Amino acid sequence: MLQTLQETAMRLSTLDRDVVAIAWLSLRVSLSAVAIGLVLGIPIGAILAVTAFPGRAALVGLLNAFMGLPPVIVGLVLYLVLSRSGPFGSLGLLFTPIAMVAAQAVLATPLVAALTRQVVADAEAHLGEQLRSLGLSAPRRALALIHDTRFSLVTAALAAFGRAISEIGAVLVVGGNIDGHTRTMTTAISLETQKGDLSLALALGLVLIGIVVAVNAVAALLRGHAARAYG
Amino acid sequence: MDLLRRRLLARGFAATLGLVGALGSAPSLRAEPASIVVASTTSTEQSGLFKHLLPAFEAKSGIAVKVVALGTGQALDAARRGDADVVLVHDRPAEDKFLAEGFATQRRDVMYNDFVLVGPKADPAGVKGSDVVAAFTELAGAKAPFVSRGDRSGTHSAELRTWKDAGIDLAAVRGDWYRDVGQGMGPALNAASALNAYILADRGTWLAFKNRGELAILVEGDKRLFNPYGVMLVNPAKHPSVKVKEGQAFIDWLVSPEGQGAIAGYRIGGEQLFFPSAAH
Repeated sequence: MLQTLQETAMRLSTLDRDVVAIAWLSLRVSLSAVAIGLVLGIPIGAILAVTAFPGRAALVGLLNAFMGLPPVIVGLVLYLVLSRSGPFGSLGLLFTPIAMVAAQAVLATPLVAALTRQVVADAEAHLGEQLRSLGLSAPRRALALIHDTRFSLVTAALAAFGRAISEIGAVLVVGGNIDGHTRTMTTAISLETQKGDLSLALALGLVLIGIVVAVNAVAALLRGHAARAYG
Repeated sequence: MDLLRRRLLARGFAATLGLVGALGSAPSLRAEPASIVVASTTSTEQSGLFKHLLPAFEAKSGIAVKVVALGTGQALDAARRGDADVVLVHDRPAEDKFLAEGFATQRRDVMYNDFVLVGPKADPAGVKGSDVVAAFTELAGAKAPFVSRGDRSGTHSAELRTWKDAGIDLAAVRGDWYRDVGQGMGPALNAASALNAYILADRGTWLAFKNRGELAILVEGDKRLFNPYGVMLVNPAKHPSVKVKEGQAFIDWLVSPEGQGAIAGYRIGGEQLFFPSAAH
Protein backbone atom coordinates (compact mmCIF):
# COMPACT_ATOMS: atom_id res chain seq x y z
CA MET A 1 0.00 0.00 0.00
CA LEU A 2 2.72 2.44 1.06
CA GLN A 3 4.77 1.50 -1.97
CA THR A 4 1.78 2.08 -4.25
CA LEU A 5 1.31 5.53 -2.73
CA GLN A 6 4.96 6.41 -3.26
CA GLU A 7 4.75 5.29 -6.87
CA THR A 8 1.55 7.28 -7.26
CA ALA A 9 3.27 10.46 -6.13
CA MET A 10 6.04 9.80 -8.64
CA ARG A 11 3.60 9.09 -11.47
CA LEU A 12 1.75 12.34 -10.72
CA SER A 13 4.86 14.35 -11.47
CA THR A 14 5.38 12.64 -14.81
CA LEU A 15 1.83 12.61 -16.19
CA ASP A 16 2.05 13.33 -19.88
CA ARG A 17 0.06 15.08 -22.56
CA ASP A 18 -2.17 12.03 -22.98
CA VAL A 19 -3.54 12.60 -19.50
CA VAL A 20 -4.19 16.27 -20.23
CA ALA A 21 -6.09 15.32 -23.39
CA ILE A 22 -8.13 12.72 -21.50
CA ALA A 23 -8.92 15.15 -18.69
CA TRP A 24 -9.94 17.81 -21.21
CA LEU A 25 -12.27 15.38 -23.01
CA SER A 26 -13.84 14.35 -19.68
CA LEU A 27 -14.38 17.97 -18.79
CA ARG A 28 -15.89 18.91 -22.15
CA VAL A 29 -18.22 15.91 -22.25
CA SER A 30 -19.47 16.39 -18.69
CA LEU A 31 -19.84 20.19 -18.94
CA SER A 32 -21.78 19.77 -22.20
CA ALA A 33 -24.04 17.21 -20.55
CA VAL A 34 -24.61 19.49 -17.56
CA ALA A 35 -25.38 22.44 -19.87
CA ILE A 36 -28.02 20.35 -21.64
CA GLY A 37 -29.28 19.14 -18.27
CA LEU A 38 -29.68 22.76 -17.08
CA VAL A 39 -31.43 23.95 -20.25
CA LEU A 40 -33.93 21.09 -20.01
CA GLY A 41 -34.05 20.42 -16.29
CA ILE A 42 -34.51 23.92 -14.84
CA PRO A 43 -37.68 24.76 -16.84
CA ILE A 44 -39.16 21.30 -16.18
CA GLY A 45 -38.45 21.52 -12.45
CA ALA A 46 -39.70 25.10 -12.11
CA ILE A 47 -42.93 24.48 -14.03
CA LEU A 48 -43.59 21.40 -11.87
CA ALA A 49 -43.11 23.57 -8.79
CA VAL A 50 -45.52 26.36 -9.72
CA THR A 51 -48.34 24.47 -11.41
CA ALA A 52 -50.91 22.06 -10.06
CA PHE A 53 -52.41 19.34 -12.20
CA PRO A 54 -53.67 15.82 -11.63
CA GLY A 55 -50.82 13.33 -11.38
CA ARG A 56 -48.25 15.93 -10.43
CA ALA A 57 -47.31 14.14 -7.22
CA ALA A 58 -46.67 10.93 -9.14
CA LEU A 59 -44.59 12.80 -11.71
CA VAL A 60 -42.52 14.44 -8.97
CA GLY A 61 -42.02 11.06 -7.33
CA LEU A 62 -40.86 9.60 -10.63
CA LEU A 63 -38.51 12.52 -11.22
CA ASN A 64 -36.99 12.08 -7.77
CA ALA A 65 -36.53 8.37 -8.44
CA PHE A 66 -34.81 9.14 -11.76
CA MET A 67 -32.10 10.97 -9.84
CA GLY A 68 -30.91 7.44 -9.13
CA LEU A 69 -31.01 6.13 -12.72
CA PRO A 70 -28.29 3.48 -13.00
CA PRO A 71 -25.70 4.79 -15.51
CA VAL A 72 -25.01 1.37 -16.95
CA ILE A 73 -28.70 0.93 -17.85
CA VAL A 74 -28.80 4.38 -19.45
CA GLY A 75 -25.68 3.39 -21.38
CA LEU A 76 -27.15 0.08 -22.48
CA VAL A 77 -30.45 1.60 -23.67
CA LEU A 78 -28.62 4.36 -25.51
CA TYR A 79 -26.28 1.75 -27.01
CA LEU A 80 -29.23 -0.16 -28.43
CA VAL A 81 -30.79 3.06 -29.73
CA LEU A 82 -27.56 4.33 -31.35
CA SER A 83 -26.30 0.94 -32.60
CA ARG A 84 -26.27 0.57 -36.40
CA SER A 85 -29.08 -1.93 -35.94
CA GLY A 86 -31.00 0.49 -33.69
CA PRO A 87 -33.50 3.23 -34.60
CA PHE A 88 -30.88 6.01 -34.75
CA GLY A 89 -28.09 3.83 -36.13
CA SER A 90 -27.81 5.76 -39.38
CA LEU A 91 -26.48 8.79 -37.47
CA GLY A 92 -23.30 6.83 -36.72
CA LEU A 93 -23.06 8.29 -33.22
CA LEU A 94 -22.12 5.16 -31.30
CA PHE A 95 -18.55 5.24 -29.93
CA THR A 96 -18.34 9.04 -30.30
CA PRO A 97 -18.10 11.78 -27.65
CA ILE A 98 -21.56 12.97 -28.72
CA ALA A 99 -23.03 9.66 -27.57
CA MET A 100 -21.27 10.12 -24.23
CA VAL A 101 -22.68 13.65 -23.88
CA ALA A 102 -26.16 12.29 -24.63
CA ALA A 103 -25.81 9.54 -22.03
CA GLN A 104 -24.61 11.91 -19.33
CA ALA A 105 -27.30 14.45 -20.25
CA VAL A 106 -29.90 11.73 -19.63
CA LEU A 107 -28.37 11.26 -16.18
CA ALA A 108 -28.04 15.00 -15.45
CA THR A 109 -31.47 16.22 -16.58
CA PRO A 110 -33.69 14.49 -13.98
CA LEU A 111 -31.20 15.41 -11.26
CA VAL A 112 -31.34 19.10 -12.20
CA ALA A 113 -35.12 19.00 -12.66
CA ALA A 114 -35.74 17.33 -9.29
CA LEU A 115 -33.41 19.66 -7.37
CA THR A 116 -34.81 22.72 -9.17
CA ARG A 117 -38.35 21.64 -8.35
CA GLN A 118 -37.46 21.39 -4.68
CA VAL A 119 -35.69 24.76 -4.53
CA VAL A 120 -38.36 26.56 -6.53
CA ALA A 121 -41.17 24.94 -4.55
CA ASP A 122 -39.61 26.23 -1.32
CA ALA A 123 -39.38 29.74 -2.76
CA GLU A 124 -42.93 29.44 -4.04
CA ALA A 125 -44.11 28.76 -0.49
CA HIS A 126 -42.81 32.21 0.50
CA LEU A 127 -43.49 34.27 -2.58
CA GLY A 128 -46.16 32.36 -4.51
CA GLU A 129 -49.09 34.25 -3.00
CA GLN A 130 -47.54 37.57 -3.87
CA LEU A 131 -46.71 36.57 -7.45
CA ARG A 132 -50.19 35.17 -8.03
CA SER A 133 -51.74 38.38 -6.68
CA LEU A 134 -49.85 40.25 -9.41
CA GLY A 135 -51.77 38.13 -11.91
CA LEU A 136 -48.66 36.52 -13.43
CA SER A 137 -49.00 33.41 -15.58
CA ALA A 138 -47.36 30.14 -14.50
CA PRO A 139 -44.34 30.50 -16.83
CA ARG A 140 -43.84 34.07 -15.61
CA ARG A 141 -44.00 32.97 -11.99
CA ALA A 142 -41.59 30.11 -12.72
CA LEU A 143 -39.17 32.54 -14.36
CA ALA A 144 -39.35 34.95 -11.44
CA LEU A 145 -38.71 32.17 -8.93
CA ILE A 146 -35.83 30.72 -10.99
CA HIS A 147 -34.27 34.15 -10.91
CA ASP A 148 -34.88 34.45 -7.20
CA THR A 149 -33.25 31.09 -6.46
CA ARG A 150 -30.48 31.26 -9.07
CA PHE A 151 -27.70 31.00 -6.52
CA SER A 152 -29.20 27.89 -4.97
CA LEU A 153 -29.55 26.38 -8.44
CA VAL A 154 -25.76 26.48 -8.80
CA THR A 155 -25.76 23.60 -6.32
CA ALA A 156 -28.01 21.62 -8.67
CA ALA A 157 -25.58 22.27 -11.52
CA LEU A 158 -22.66 21.11 -9.39
CA ALA A 159 -24.49 18.00 -8.30
CA ALA A 160 -25.20 17.19 -11.95
CA PHE A 161 -21.57 17.81 -12.87
CA GLY A 162 -20.42 15.54 -10.06
CA ARG A 163 -22.71 12.79 -11.25
CA ALA A 164 -21.65 13.19 -14.88
CA ILE A 165 -17.88 13.35 -14.51
CA SER A 166 -17.66 10.51 -12.02
CA GLU A 167 -19.84 7.93 -13.79
CA ILE A 168 -18.29 5.20 -15.87
CA GLY A 169 -21.13 2.79 -16.69
CA ALA A 170 -22.71 4.89 -19.42
CA VAL A 171 -19.61 6.35 -21.10
CA LEU A 172 -17.92 2.97 -21.21
CA VAL A 173 -20.83 1.33 -23.02
CA VAL A 174 -21.67 4.09 -25.52
CA GLY A 175 -18.15 5.50 -25.87
CA GLY A 176 -16.21 2.25 -26.03
CA ASN A 177 -13.15 3.66 -24.20
CA ILE A 178 -11.34 4.29 -27.50
CA ASP A 179 -7.82 5.60 -27.03
CA GLY A 180 -7.59 9.22 -28.15
CA HIS A 181 -11.29 9.48 -29.02
CA THR A 182 -13.61 8.44 -26.21
CA ARG A 183 -11.27 7.61 -23.34
CA THR A 184 -12.33 9.63 -20.30
CA MET A 185 -10.80 9.87 -16.86
CA THR A 186 -13.07 7.19 -15.41
CA THR A 187 -12.62 4.71 -18.26
CA ALA A 188 -8.85 5.32 -18.24
CA ILE A 189 -8.73 4.65 -14.49
CA SER A 190 -10.70 1.46 -15.00
CA LEU A 191 -8.39 0.35 -17.84
CA GLU A 192 -5.22 0.96 -15.81
CA THR A 193 -6.75 -0.93 -12.88
CA GLN A 194 -7.49 -3.81 -15.26
CA LYS A 195 -3.92 -3.76 -16.48
CA GLY A 196 -2.81 -4.03 -12.88
CA ASP A 197 -1.04 -0.64 -13.01
CA LEU A 198 -2.55 0.47 -9.73
CA SER A 199 -0.23 3.41 -9.08
CA LEU A 200 -1.06 4.99 -12.47
CA ALA A 201 -4.78 4.34 -11.85
CA LEU A 202 -4.50 6.05 -8.48
CA ALA A 203 -2.57 8.98 -9.95
CA LEU A 204 -5.33 9.44 -12.56
CA GLY A 205 -7.89 9.23 -9.76
CA LEU A 206 -6.17 12.08 -7.92
CA VAL A 207 -6.25 14.15 -11.11
CA LEU A 208 -10.00 13.47 -11.47
CA ILE A 209 -10.66 14.49 -7.87
CA GLY A 210 -8.56 17.62 -8.50
CA ILE A 211 -10.74 18.51 -11.49
CA VAL A 212 -13.93 18.09 -9.47
CA VAL A 213 -12.56 20.24 -6.64
CA ALA A 214 -11.36 22.89 -9.11
CA VAL A 215 -14.74 23.11 -10.86
CA ASN A 216 -16.50 23.44 -7.51
CA ALA A 217 -14.07 26.13 -6.41
CA VAL A 218 -14.62 28.11 -9.61
CA ALA A 219 -18.39 27.81 -9.15
CA ALA A 220 -18.12 29.01 -5.55
CA LEU A 221 -16.02 32.00 -6.61
CA LEU A 222 -18.41 32.95 -9.42
CA ARG A 223 -21.34 32.56 -7.11
CA GLY A 224 -19.77 34.77 -4.46
CA HIS A 225 -18.85 37.37 -7.06
CA ALA A 226 -22.31 37.33 -8.63
CA ALA A 227 -24.01 37.49 -5.24
CA ARG A 228 -22.06 40.63 -4.35
CA ALA A 229 -22.68 42.24 -7.73
CA TYR A 230 -26.35 41.40 -8.27
CA GLY A 231 -27.65 39.91 -5.04
CA MET B 1 -40.09 41.17 -13.36
CA ASP B 2 -37.91 44.16 -14.15
CA LEU B 3 -35.91 44.51 -17.31
CA LEU B 4 -32.50 44.04 -15.66
CA ARG B 5 -33.51 40.76 -14.13
CA ARG B 6 -34.91 39.46 -17.37
CA ARG B 7 -31.76 40.46 -19.23
CA LEU B 8 -29.64 38.68 -16.63
CA LEU B 9 -31.66 35.50 -16.98
CA ALA B 10 -31.53 35.68 -20.77
CA ARG B 11 -27.79 36.18 -20.58
CA GLY B 12 -27.40 33.12 -18.37
CA PHE B 13 -29.49 31.09 -20.78
CA ALA B 14 -27.52 32.32 -23.79
CA ALA B 15 -24.23 31.61 -22.02
CA THR B 16 -25.36 28.05 -21.31
CA LEU B 17 -26.39 27.52 -24.92
CA GLY B 18 -23.12 29.04 -26.06
CA LEU B 19 -21.22 26.63 -23.84
CA VAL B 20 -23.04 23.68 -25.43
CA GLY B 21 -22.23 25.05 -28.87
CA ALA B 22 -18.58 25.72 -28.11
CA LEU B 23 -17.97 22.38 -26.47
CA GLY B 24 -19.90 20.52 -29.14
CA SER B 25 -18.18 22.09 -32.12
CA ALA B 26 -14.64 21.52 -30.89
CA PRO B 27 -12.92 19.39 -33.52
CA SER B 28 -12.61 16.08 -31.71
CA LEU B 29 -16.26 16.00 -30.68
CA ARG B 30 -17.20 15.59 -34.34
CA ALA B 31 -16.88 12.37 -36.27
CA GLU B 32 -13.66 12.38 -38.22
CA PRO B 33 -13.82 11.66 -41.95
CA ALA B 34 -11.35 8.80 -42.35
CA SER B 35 -11.68 6.48 -39.42
CA ILE B 36 -12.70 2.90 -38.78
CA VAL B 37 -13.95 1.08 -35.71
CA VAL B 38 -12.13 -2.15 -34.92
CA ALA B 39 -13.83 -4.46 -32.43
CA SER B 40 -11.10 -6.44 -30.77
CA THR B 41 -10.26 -8.29 -27.62
CA THR B 42 -9.11 -7.13 -24.24
CA SER B 43 -5.84 -9.03 -24.75
CA THR B 44 -4.75 -6.91 -27.74
CA GLU B 45 -5.63 -3.67 -25.95
CA GLN B 46 -4.44 -4.49 -22.44
CA SER B 47 -1.17 -6.00 -23.63
CA GLY B 48 -0.39 -2.65 -25.27
CA LEU B 49 -0.14 -4.12 -28.81
CA PHE B 50 -2.49 -1.62 -30.45
CA LYS B 51 -0.71 1.34 -28.91
CA HIS B 52 2.43 -0.02 -30.56
CA LEU B 53 0.87 -0.83 -33.97
CA LEU B 54 -1.60 1.94 -34.69
CA PRO B 55 0.66 5.00 -34.88
CA ALA B 56 2.61 3.38 -37.74
CA PHE B 57 -0.55 2.54 -39.70
CA GLU B 58 -2.20 5.88 -39.01
CA ALA B 59 0.87 7.82 -40.10
CA LYS B 60 1.08 5.87 -43.34
CA SER B 61 -2.61 5.74 -44.31
CA GLY B 62 -4.12 8.79 -42.64
CA ILE B 63 -6.89 6.50 -41.38
CA ALA B 64 -7.67 6.75 -37.67
CA VAL B 65 -8.30 3.37 -36.07
CA LYS B 66 -10.70 3.35 -33.14
CA VAL B 67 -10.31 0.19 -31.13
CA VAL B 68 -13.16 -1.00 -28.94
CA ALA B 69 -11.75 -3.70 -26.67
CA LEU B 70 -14.30 -6.38 -25.76
CA GLY B 71 -14.22 -10.11 -25.23
CA THR B 72 -14.17 -12.07 -28.50
CA GLY B 73 -17.86 -13.02 -28.16
CA GLN B 74 -18.93 -9.44 -27.50
CA ALA B 75 -16.68 -8.09 -30.26
CA LEU B 76 -18.30 -10.41 -32.80
CA ASP B 77 -21.77 -9.43 -31.53
CA ALA B 78 -20.95 -5.72 -31.90
CA ALA B 79 -19.88 -6.45 -35.50
CA ARG B 80 -23.09 -8.43 -36.10
CA ARG B 81 -25.04 -5.32 -35.12
CA GLY B 82 -22.98 -3.28 -37.56
CA ASP B 83 -21.13 -1.31 -34.89
CA ALA B 84 -17.66 -2.19 -36.17
CA ASP B 85 -15.93 -2.23 -39.55
CA VAL B 86 -13.26 -4.79 -38.72
CA VAL B 87 -12.93 -7.51 -36.09
CA LEU B 88 -9.61 -8.82 -34.77
CA VAL B 89 -10.32 -11.73 -32.42
CA HIS B 90 -9.06 -15.09 -31.20
CA ASP B 91 -11.64 -17.86 -31.03
CA ARG B 92 -11.57 -19.97 -34.17
CA PRO B 93 -14.90 -21.79 -33.70
CA ALA B 94 -16.68 -18.47 -33.00
CA GLU B 95 -14.94 -16.87 -36.01
CA ASP B 96 -16.00 -19.73 -38.28
CA LYS B 97 -19.59 -19.31 -37.10
CA PHE B 98 -19.38 -15.58 -37.86
CA LEU B 99 -18.18 -16.44 -41.40
CA ALA B 100 -20.86 -19.09 -41.87
CA GLU B 101 -23.55 -16.58 -40.92
CA GLY B 102 -22.31 -14.34 -43.71
CA PHE B 103 -21.19 -11.46 -41.49
CA ALA B 104 -17.77 -11.66 -43.13
CA THR B 105 -16.61 -13.23 -46.36
CA GLN B 106 -12.95 -13.79 -45.57
CA ARG B 107 -10.78 -14.44 -42.53
CA ARG B 108 -7.05 -13.76 -42.55
CA ASP B 109 -4.52 -15.16 -40.11
CA VAL B 110 -2.68 -12.29 -38.43
CA MET B 111 -0.61 -13.56 -35.56
CA TYR B 112 -0.57 -15.96 -32.68
CA ASN B 113 0.62 -16.16 -29.16
CA ASP B 114 -0.14 -18.76 -26.57
CA PHE B 115 -2.03 -19.26 -23.37
CA VAL B 116 -0.22 -19.95 -20.14
CA LEU B 117 -1.51 -21.46 -16.92
CA VAL B 118 -0.61 -19.04 -14.17
CA GLY B 119 -0.81 -19.86 -10.48
CA PRO B 120 0.80 -19.39 -7.07
CA LYS B 121 4.59 -19.85 -7.16
CA ALA B 122 4.28 -22.43 -4.36
CA ASP B 123 2.00 -24.47 -6.68
CA PRO B 124 -0.06 -26.26 -3.96
CA ALA B 125 -1.93 -28.35 -6.56
CA GLY B 126 1.34 -29.54 -8.11
CA VAL B 127 0.51 -28.74 -11.74
CA LYS B 128 3.86 -27.38 -12.94
CA GLY B 129 4.95 -28.80 -16.27
CA SER B 130 4.06 -28.68 -19.94
CA ASP B 131 0.81 -30.69 -20.09
CA VAL B 132 -2.17 -28.41 -19.66
CA VAL B 133 -4.77 -31.19 -19.71
CA ALA B 134 -3.01 -33.06 -16.90
CA ALA B 135 -2.75 -29.79 -15.00
CA PHE B 136 -6.48 -29.13 -15.31
CA THR B 137 -7.20 -32.66 -14.07
CA GLU B 138 -5.04 -31.97 -11.01
CA LEU B 139 -6.76 -28.63 -10.41
CA ALA B 140 -10.23 -30.16 -10.45
CA GLY B 141 -9.07 -33.03 -8.20
CA ALA B 142 -7.50 -30.68 -5.67
CA LYS B 143 -10.35 -28.17 -5.96
CA ALA B 144 -7.60 -25.55 -6.09
CA PRO B 145 -8.81 -21.93 -6.28
CA PHE B 146 -9.29 -21.12 -9.98
CA VAL B 147 -10.39 -17.86 -11.60
CA SER B 148 -12.36 -18.08 -14.83
CA ARG B 149 -12.96 -15.18 -17.22
CA GLY B 150 -16.57 -16.30 -17.64
CA ASP B 151 -17.17 -13.69 -20.35
CA ARG B 152 -17.42 -15.65 -23.62
CA SER B 153 -13.99 -14.34 -24.58
CA GLY B 154 -11.47 -16.30 -26.64
CA THR B 155 -9.56 -17.13 -23.47
CA HIS B 156 -12.74 -18.30 -21.76
CA SER B 157 -13.49 -20.58 -24.74
CA ALA B 158 -9.97 -22.00 -24.56
CA GLU B 159 -10.42 -22.67 -20.84
CA LEU B 160 -13.73 -24.46 -21.40
CA ARG B 161 -12.19 -26.55 -24.20
CA THR B 162 -9.40 -27.60 -21.86
CA TRP B 163 -11.79 -28.77 -19.12
CA LYS B 164 -13.57 -30.77 -21.82
CA ASP B 165 -10.27 -32.26 -23.08
CA ALA B 166 -9.51 -33.30 -19.50
CA GLY B 167 -12.84 -35.12 -19.39
CA ILE B 168 -14.11 -32.89 -16.60
CA ASP B 169 -17.77 -31.98 -16.42
CA LEU B 170 -17.42 -28.46 -15.06
CA ALA B 171 -21.11 -28.18 -14.15
CA ALA B 172 -20.75 -31.22 -11.89
CA VAL B 173 -17.51 -30.29 -10.11
CA ARG B 174 -17.65 -26.53 -9.88
CA GLY B 175 -17.95 -25.12 -6.40
CA ASP B 176 -16.45 -22.40 -4.26
CA TRP B 177 -13.01 -23.06 -5.70
CA TYR B 178 -14.13 -22.02 -9.18
CA ARG B 179 -14.54 -18.23 -9.36
CA ASP B 180 -16.33 -16.99 -12.43
CA VAL B 181 -15.50 -13.25 -12.52
CA GLY B 182 -17.16 -12.33 -15.83
CA GLN B 183 -14.54 -9.74 -16.72
CA GLY B 184 -11.61 -9.04 -19.03
CA MET B 185 -8.15 -10.58 -18.76
CA GLY B 186 -6.73 -7.81 -16.59
CA PRO B 187 -9.48 -7.83 -13.92
CA ALA B 188 -9.42 -11.63 -13.90
CA LEU B 189 -5.65 -11.55 -13.28
CA ASN B 190 -6.19 -8.99 -10.53
CA ALA B 191 -8.69 -11.36 -8.93
CA ALA B 192 -6.33 -14.32 -9.26
CA SER B 193 -3.54 -12.26 -7.75
CA ALA B 194 -5.73 -11.29 -4.79
CA LEU B 195 -6.99 -14.86 -4.25
CA ASN B 196 -3.64 -16.49 -5.05
CA ALA B 197 -5.57 -18.63 -7.52
CA TYR B 198 -4.80 -20.47 -10.75
CA ILE B 199 -5.90 -18.87 -14.01
CA LEU B 200 -5.56 -19.45 -17.75
CA ALA B 201 -4.21 -16.26 -19.35
CA ASP B 202 -2.92 -15.16 -22.72
CA ARG B 203 0.82 -14.59 -22.58
CA GLY B 204 0.61 -11.03 -23.92
CA THR B 205 -1.63 -9.70 -21.17
CA TRP B 206 0.34 -11.64 -18.57
CA LEU B 207 3.62 -10.09 -19.71
CA ALA B 208 2.13 -6.59 -19.63
CA PHE B 209 0.41 -7.20 -16.28
CA LYS B 210 2.01 -5.47 -13.33
CA ASN B 211 0.06 -6.53 -10.23
CA ARG B 212 1.33 -10.14 -10.18
CA GLY B 213 1.71 -10.70 -6.46
CA GLU B 214 2.72 -14.33 -5.84
CA LEU B 215 1.69 -15.53 -9.29
CA ALA B 216 3.99 -17.10 -11.89
CA ILE B 217 3.68 -19.14 -15.08
CA LEU B 218 3.33 -22.85 -14.20
CA VAL B 219 2.34 -24.52 -17.46
CA GLU B 220 3.45 -23.39 -20.91
CA GLY B 221 4.57 -24.82 -24.23
CA ASP B 222 1.69 -27.32 -24.70
CA LYS B 223 0.61 -27.11 -28.33
CA ARG B 224 -3.01 -27.16 -27.17
CA LEU B 225 -2.30 -23.70 -25.73
CA PHE B 226 -1.78 -22.25 -29.22
CA ASN B 227 -3.77 -19.01 -29.56
CA PRO B 228 -4.27 -17.75 -33.13
CA TYR B 229 -5.73 -14.34 -33.96
CA GLY B 230 -7.76 -13.71 -37.11
CA VAL B 231 -8.95 -10.52 -38.78
CA MET B 232 -12.16 -10.04 -40.77
CA LEU B 233 -13.85 -7.19 -42.61
CA VAL B 234 -17.55 -7.00 -41.73
CA ASN B 235 -19.61 -7.88 -44.80
CA PRO B 236 -20.97 -4.65 -46.35
CA ALA B 237 -23.86 -6.67 -47.79
CA LYS B 238 -25.05 -7.10 -44.18
CA HIS B 239 -24.25 -3.56 -43.06
CA PRO B 240 -23.88 -0.91 -45.78
CA SER B 241 -22.34 1.45 -43.21
CA VAL B 242 -19.14 -0.62 -43.17
CA LYS B 243 -16.17 1.40 -44.41
CA VAL B 244 -14.89 -1.16 -46.91
CA LYS B 245 -11.98 0.76 -48.38
CA GLU B 246 -10.51 1.93 -45.08
CA GLY B 247 -11.21 -1.34 -43.29
CA GLN B 248 -9.59 -3.37 -46.06
CA ALA B 249 -6.60 -1.01 -46.04
CA PHE B 250 -6.10 -1.77 -42.35
CA ILE B 251 -6.36 -5.54 -42.91
CA ASP B 252 -3.99 -5.37 -45.89
CA TRP B 253 -1.49 -3.45 -43.79
CA LEU B 254 -1.73 -5.89 -40.87
CA VAL B 255 -0.88 -8.87 -43.09
CA SER B 256 1.74 -6.97 -45.14
CA PRO B 257 5.44 -7.46 -44.39
CA GLU B 258 5.43 -4.04 -42.75
CA GLY B 259 2.50 -4.81 -40.45
CA GLN B 260 3.81 -8.26 -39.65
CA GLY B 261 7.20 -6.75 -38.83
CA ALA B 262 5.56 -4.26 -36.48
CA ILE B 263 3.74 -7.11 -34.68
CA ALA B 264 7.00 -9.05 -34.30
CA GLY B 265 8.70 -5.92 -33.01
CA TYR B 266 6.44 -5.49 -29.99
CA ARG B 267 8.35 -6.61 -26.94
CA ILE B 268 8.04 -6.19 -23.20
CA GLY B 269 11.23 -6.67 -21.22
CA GLY B 270 12.88 -8.13 -24.31
CA GLU B 271 10.17 -10.78 -24.70
CA GLN B 272 8.12 -10.96 -27.91
CA LEU B 273 4.35 -11.01 -27.23
CA PHE B 274 2.81 -11.88 -30.60
CA PHE B 275 4.16 -13.90 -33.53
CA PRO B 276 3.16 -12.90 -37.08
CA SER B 277 1.40 -15.66 -39.01
CA ALA B 278 -0.13 -14.15 -42.16
CA ALA B 279 0.25 -16.37 -45.22
CA HIS B 280 1.56 -14.61 -48.32
